[in-house]
Amino acid sequence: MSHIAFPTPDPSILARRDAIIAGLSTLLPKEALIVAEEERRAFETDALTAYRKLPLAVALPSSVEEIAAVLKFCRNAGVNAVPRGAGTSLSGGAIPQEDAIVIGLSKMNRILEINLADRYARVQAGVTNLAISDAVAADGFFYAPDPSSQLACTIGGNIGMNSGGAHCLKYGVTTNNLLGLKVVLLDGETIELGGPYFDSGGLDLMGLMTGSEGQLGIVAEAIVRLIPAAEGARPVLFGFDSAEEAGACVAAIIGAGIVPVAMEYMDKPAIQICEAFAHAGYPLDVEAMLIIEVEGSPQEIDAELAKIQAIAKAHGVKVVRESMSAMEAAQIWKGRKSAFGATGRVADYICMDGTVPTSRLPEALKRTGEIVASYGLRVANVFHAGDGNMHPLVLYNVNDPNEQAKAEAAGADILKMCVDLGGCLTGEHGVGVEKRDLMSHQFTPADLAQQMRVRAVFDPDWRLNPAKVFPLAGRIAA
Amino acid sequence: MTLASEAMFAPASEDEAVDIVRAAAARAQKLAIVGGGTRAGLGRPCSHGAALTTTRLDGVVFYEPAEMVIALRSGTPVAAAEALLAQRGQMFPFEPMDHRPLYATSGEPTIGGVVAGNVSGPRRISVGAARDSLIGIRLVNGRGEAIKNGGRVMKNVTGLDLVKLICGAHGTLGLVTEAIFKVLPRPEREATVVIRRLDDQGAIAAMAAALGSAYNVSGAAHVTPGMGREFGRTFFRVEGFAASVEHRVGGLIKLLAPFGAKHALAEEESRRLWRAIRDAEFLAEPRERAIWRVSLKPSAGAEFVKKLGPIAQAHFYDWGGGLVWLASETSSAAAETIRSALAAFGGHATLVRAPDGLRASVDVFEPLSPALAKLTAGIKASFDPDGIFNFGRMYPGI
Repeated sequence: MSHIAFPTPDPSILARRDAIIAGLSTLLPKEALIVAEEERRAFETDALTAYRKLPLAVALPSSVEEIAAVLKFCRNAGVNAVPRGAGTSLSGGAIPQEDAIVIGLSKMNRILEINLADRYARVQAGVTNLAISDAVAADGFFYAPDPSSQLACTIGGNIGMNSGGAHCLKYGVTTNNLLGLKVVLLDGETIELGGPYFDSGGLDLMGLMTGSEGQLGIVAEAIVRLIPAAEGARPVLFGFDSAEEAGACVAAIIGAGIVPVAMEYMDKPAIQICEAFAHAGYPLDVEAMLIIEVEGSPQEIDAELAKIQAIAKAHGVKVVRESMSAMEAAQIWKGRKSAFGATGRVADYICMDGTVPTSRLPEALKRTGEIVASYGLRVANVFHAGDGNMHPLVLYNVNDPNEQAKAEAAGADILKMCVDLGGCLTGEHGVGVEKRDLMSHQFTPADLAQQMRVRAVFDPDWRLNPAKVFPLAGRIAA
Repeated sequence: MTLASEAMFAPASEDEAVDIVRAAAARAQKLAIVGGGTRAGLGRPCSHGAALTTTRLDGVVFYEPAEMVIALRSGTPVAAAEALLAQRGQMFPFEPMDHRPLYATSGEPTIGGVVAGNVSGPRRISVGAARDSLIGIRLVNGRGEAIKNGGRVMKNVTGLDLVKLICGAHGTLGLVTEAIFKVLPRPEREATVVIRRLDDQGAIAAMAAALGSAYNVSGAAHVTPGMGREFGRTFFRVEGFAASVEHRVGGLIKLLAPFGAKHALAEEESRRLWRAIRDAEFLAEPRERAIWRVSLKPSAGAEFVKKLGPIAQAHFYDWGGGLVWLASETSSAAAETIRSALAAFGGHATLVRAPDGLRASVDVFEPLSPALAKLTAGIKASFDPDGIFNFGRMYPGI
């Protein structure tokens, strides 16, 4: 799939640029409409930085009404629109296109209501993931999904991509932690889905909206669940001589009826990169490492860890390192969560996100290594072992176009392998533009057609984030 | 398979289901999906066309205990699936309700019925509903196409999440032939802390305190006087390894001491109690009463019931007060009062049990705004353009 194609910009939209900007300027305050080229540059890409497209203009609405006005304008004027949170998408979900308005939610960054008795927060879409947990931490609550980018990424983007994180083994992903959404549709109509309560009747449009990658409407507000924090938590490092042993240990832990709050895997290259960056005390002489975290009271943690350690010993664990303080625990997680950033200091990389059934993890790791080696590149693996969500980081040199093409081809081969092993193309980063052309490897034409017919109910003319998710050929309109 | 004039279709495979649906579409014949028939009273009355039964779509497709995932054909009895899971020390986390006590039906509830109704129980507050455990689906849509969505891995954001849409659609989008669930280990122990004689408001305050604590409460319910005892009782369930349960019960009793918490029920007694709460057994009799399931902000539960006055003939709370089970007289006037009272608080009321006549004449599910009605109709048409499946089950014309 080397070099992802974007649709050819619609010349009839480009030709109307002045009129479109004039129209938008009647809907938004001056400072909320970005037209100068150097300012638009800030929005030309996201975390898939190899691809850049300068948008026609950028709208930064600060209210539901302004979102509605801009969307309605886009529909009536026949202009494309690309929603954007913080621009941290690894799959190119927020990369614009030349004939589109970016609708950025950064000004909608207020927490509107916190209700601890009913355990929810109502927030605007531009609030960052971590800001929600920070706002309720002193009261002993948190918002559970914790993507690595949680300091920067917005809840609106999390909803668009149905983001996960390291702790979703126990607490679920975004879709399991939402109660309600306020969504603006392309025709400017605002709908409320769910509310500060569970399981509304009717079709689960909130579930449909979550992970729809900005193609069905724009989420303006969300009601998210707040979870009481456990009494305590303790991560432990387990080092193994082989991926097979580590993988078998994960399966045995689950088989024993234990579901730790997190089970993260790192291979040797990832351990070395992260240790050099975070000085977390990772063992450098092992082939595979698991970070396993358990929660509860000190006694509960001791009891559960004792069971886990016994299983690890039976699977040939070489090193066990328990965190002895909150600071050590934080270091352990810092190393894991900075894996992508730390890797970026060593080399350019693309981060894949396929999921495989956990029983196939050792095989998937082996084949990943073989695929990457066959392109003459290197790989570091760091991922969520408990749920089989792999994150091979394919390392390459961005200044060598040949290497970029090879890295993308290796990535595509890895994702196809994940599907062939019974998994999927993306566990938590979304399809975006990156995996769009692989969709037909996972889905039949009928599978995709059904999804596109549902999409067309919301956006029959393919105006919302149109370059993403579905292959460019064979699209189904109304 | 021939179609001729059979009144009931019973496909044994997805391919046979495809043939049946295509033939039905060609003849503009409507199909009413039937599972075990134990929840046929759920939704609006729907008896259009021929019955399409899942009886022969039975059995396990695969079960991988070490991956905590099971794939089942839709006609598989829930009891058979739960027995299989129990053999490996696992369970459906969402604790699917058994509607037989409420409807006085017999037969076996099926997996397809659980999916169609997003059928969940008390553990919904801690581990989610059926829709949260359902990770993959195979479905024959109204165009006679077999499609899949989701898959067998629990982390999957590839494409639109139609699994959520189909779960709780009451069969209006197509025939589910196969469902894949993530499952969880069965807890080694369970115990239930009990408080006696709280009024509704006090019970909800106690449940909020417990659910806001670190003790991982997996059930919080309050039953009113006359339901098993002459006084009200408030229940708090904890589950897990023996040491954890002991620790958390101790912690909860201490936390809830100001509310009067003193003791806990053990294993079998606790299990029996939560089964009764799950299945709304307290409201099964008298049979002539209409039964409502109202989801709202937990803190509003007691106030909502109070506002109903004598319309609420009996009630109890699950989900920490966020689920009100309610019995009312069987009348459209009572339905109207309940909906208008709820409007002041926000929430969703579902008429779970009532005679066909009433369920045909009043809204069974919370009425939709015009914008939502338009989307719902569009989605129905995208799956089932000719309106073959369970026509009118959720809303008139859907």
